[in-house]
Amino acid sequence: MIPLEWYLILSAVIFCIGLYGVLARRNAIAIMMCLELMMTSITINLVAFWRYGNVIDLSGQVFAVIVFAVAAAEATVGLALAISIYRNRDTIVANDLNLLKW
Amino acid sequence: MTGPQIAFLIISALTVASALLVVTGRNLVRSALWLVVTLFMVAAVFTTLEANFMAVVQIVVYIGAIAILILFAVMLTRKVMNETQPQTNSNWWMGAIVSGVIFVGILLMILSVDMPMRPADDVSGQIVGLGNAFVSPDAFILPFEVASVLLIAALIGGIAIAMPREEES
Repeated sequence: MIPLEWYLILSAVIFCIGLYGVLARRNAIAIMMCLELMMTSITINLVAFWRYGNVIDLSGQVFAVIVFAVAAAEATVGLALAISIYRNRDTIVANDLNLLKW
Repeated sequence: MTGPQIAFLIISALTVASALLVVTGRNLVRSALWLVVTLFMVAAVFTTLEANFMAVVQIVVYIGAIAILILFAVMLTRKVMNETQPQTNSNWWMGAIVSGVIFVGILLMILSVDMPMRPADDVSGQIVGLGNAFVSPDAFILPFEVASVLLIAALIGGIAIAMPREEES
């Protein structure tokens, strides 16, 4: 039997790798990829708690499916923004996009 | 060490290794392909949890839709950043410190809580239960419909943002 803690630690490791990527990468699309890593690590937590809790109550899986939908929506809008910015300003380096920065 | 534990350790080692390659890779296309590997390994983690439906949805939605979308976006914005430029900003060490501190915090929190939970033996009928839960008024029909509205709004928003303006085309 696999202890529940192993799943939680795996999820925490992937989450923190994704967090580092979001904070450190310069390319906006790379930041988006790291965001997907963070979101998928959250679903591991949700499904693990469903499996180790009450399996008749499917809230964990339902929550994970909603997270999938939110991740798909986020990827759609985010990548559309990245392509639109690239078309207008010829860059997707996050440091150069300082139009709203005083 | 039992068989499932060894399988889990191998899967999680591959997951973490490919996630690190996503974050540190210089070539964005390769990063995106390592992201596909990571997501596939997370689907394998779901099968170790006997959540078969979630594993299939992970492959179909994440790999089939999101990762391919990211690959297309990488290829459409190809010539902006070549591999000789630095891929991280000047504050990358601060990001490393922040994520390291948060990881240590989560780890201490996980280890400090005593979790006596054991996995249930019988998980059959979960797919029927999930299908019923999504359309039953006593369960999750409202979040399900809200997710549908969110997806259609994201679809329209994505088209509206990415569509070229009239004078440009």
